Amino acid sequence: MKTRKGIEVSIAASIAAKLARVEVIAAYPITPQTHIVEHLAEIVAEGELDAIYINVESEYSAMSACCGAAAAGARTFTSTSAQGLELMHEILFIASGMRFPIVMATVNRALSSPLSIWGDHSDVMAARDTGWIVLFCENGQEVVDSIIMAYKMGEDRRVLLPVMVNLDGFSLSHVIEPIELPSQKEVDEFLPPYNPLYTLHPDKPVTMGAYGMPELYTEAKYAQETAIINSKKVIIDVMDEFGKKFGRYYKPVETYNTDKADFVFIGLGSVNENIKTAIDDLKTQGKEAGLINLRLFRPFPSDELMSALQGKKKVAVIERVMPGGAKNSPLYNEIASLAFANRMTLKMENYIVGLGGRDVLPEDFQQIYNEMAAKEKAEKVKKDKNYTVMRVRA
Amino acid sequence: MVEVTKLIHKYLRHDKKFPHVWCPGCGIGIMLGALVRAIDRVGYSKDEIVMVSGIGCTGRLPVYVDFNTLHTTHGRALAFGTGVKLANPNLKVIVVMGDGDAVAIGGNHFIHAARRNIDITAIILNNSVYGMTGGQFSPTTPYGMKTTTTVYSNVEQAFKISELAVTAGAVFVARGTVYHAKLLDGLMEKAFLKVGFSVVEVISHCHTQFGRLNRMGSAVEMMQWQREHAVTVEKARQMKEKELQDKFKIGVLVDRELPVYQDEYEKVRKWSQGVVKK
Repeated sequence: MKTRKGIEVSIAASIAAKLARVEVIAAYPITPQTHIVEHLAEIVAEGELDAIYINVESEYSAMSACCGAAAAGARTFTSTSAQGLELMHEILFIASGMRFPIVMATVNRALSSPLSIWGDHSDVMAARDTGWIVLFCENGQEVVDSIIMAYKMGEDRRVLLPVMVNLDGFSLSHVIEPIELPSQKEVDEFLPPYNPLYTLHPDKPVTMGAYGMPELYTEAKYAQETAIINSKKVIIDVMDEFGKKFGRYYKPVETYNTDKADFVFIGLGSVNENIKTAIDDLKTQGKEAGLINLRLFRPFPSDELMSALQGKKKVAVIERVMPGGAKNSPLYNEIASLAFANRMTLKMENYIVGLGGRDVLPEDFQQIYNEMAAKEKAEKVKKDKNYTVMRVRA
Repeated sequence: MVEVTKLIHKYLRHDKKFPHVWCPGCGIGIMLGALVRAIDRVGYSKDEIVMVSGIGCTGRLPVYVDFNTLHTTHGRALAFGTGVKLANPNLKVIVVMGDGDAVAIGGNHFIHAARRNIDITAIILNNSVYGMTGGQFSPTTPYGMKTTTTVYSNVEQAFKISELAVTAGAVFVARGTVYHAKLLDGLMEKAFLKVGFSVVEVISHCHTQFGRLNRMGSAVEMMQWQREHAVTVEKARQMKEKELQDKFKIGVLVDRELPVYQDEYEKVRKWSQGVVKK
């Protein structure tokens, strides 16, 4: 077995970007993303990576500079959090629309107001439909592997789309975990240099992002949508190839203890580790629960999720974002729509946890299990709401 | 308690917000003292002041003061403040920002507020670095200096905030330092009394981040640097350009009259309503 090293996940993320031989990094400081870009600045300054690091004046400029660099044919990387991601919002569409395979580590943090620097998913959920491939990470090893895989996914000629790698702020970004870092040689064998389809070059001038008149715009967007839907096949291929090369296999949808259980949790990101602990604890009490971990969120892995849900009766959808006036939080809505289209009857509840860095403990998931197991309808669900906010002082 | 401290305490939110987040030796506390003394001298009531802030160490300032306060996003404090002033011109709008807030992410708002000449006072603490997020490069980081994102040396030229404000059209621009605290009191008082867009740039130190990275010593040593490198506007007039090369000017840089946004807007309203002929 290869050696695992105790390392802060943010530092490991920056090393992953280095191993991917990124050429242009444009970033603006925002908590809790700072350690990633600071360490990259150091790596570049020390000459360990032949890249340009640009200190831009806002996240808006960071993403714009990444687009510019990608247009000129460079492999680009950036990282942000919360307000930074929302400030980039306009350019997120430019990146996906112009089909630039930019990779961004999004260190998830709550959105203002009120001001919070702590973790939740309100940032990524506001940017989920921007045409980016969206991956979630449960632990530090996944962060490293996902960043390396992200370039291979995004740069594939059949895809050509930007990829967002999500890691939870503080609860993942700032912890020290045992992580196996691949060697440069291995990564080079896995990830060839970026070979862009079109670049801005004086020898062969092209126009990018020009006007899409009404007779063209729909076709351009249709082609883009087709690309992201079809990207799933490439994503799976890349995950398989990665597994063969590095011995760590990933799937768009992963399951834990779902064979025996007809009760499942569905969650995103690092909260899934706590859910797994809760599942193990429940097991000792003779109770069976499973977990469906969505590593891939965009394109939405409908088929994989449907197979994981086969035979399940009760589902607790765990989310770290408020619905904002919607019927439920985004993941619940999407699964509900999937279940409806497949004529599936599920007893499904939406639990909102860990907003703005509030603790989420394994006990909370045991409580959710017990609530849902005990009654057909969880008592805590208020009549005027379709979801339960854990530990809220209403 | 000495009188000067008593005065500051009169304007603080004692019940909930302490201890504050600033490092021991930080200049923001001195700036806060100057701000309070100037407000007291001008005689504003607590309730007619709206203090607006963005994000960062300086952005924390309104948390501790007993005025109306509006805590906004990084860089947008002036835009929020513009809205406040337009909705109720009787309010005294004071916007406090750091260098990152004012001239990086919010640089556009800054030059446009100055150009528009809306009656707001912008207080900008310039400590050459992003302190709160861990000492990263800011557009006021001097050339050749180290930050956590310019590990060896900053290769870019720094903004001169006050000169930028002058060029952009602010009617009152002053620069002080936290070392020259008494001067700062007076500059802020003048800025508050000026009708139109007024700017006070406060040169401060971040010994925790910038000072440590650049081996500039303690807060005291960095304040000594301020004393040695600041030259009053009056004294600068007697000096040759060569002597001024590594110095910066403190005092009132510009105090001029230009049409103020609210007055001009009111005029147009009256013309349009036919009350007054053009």
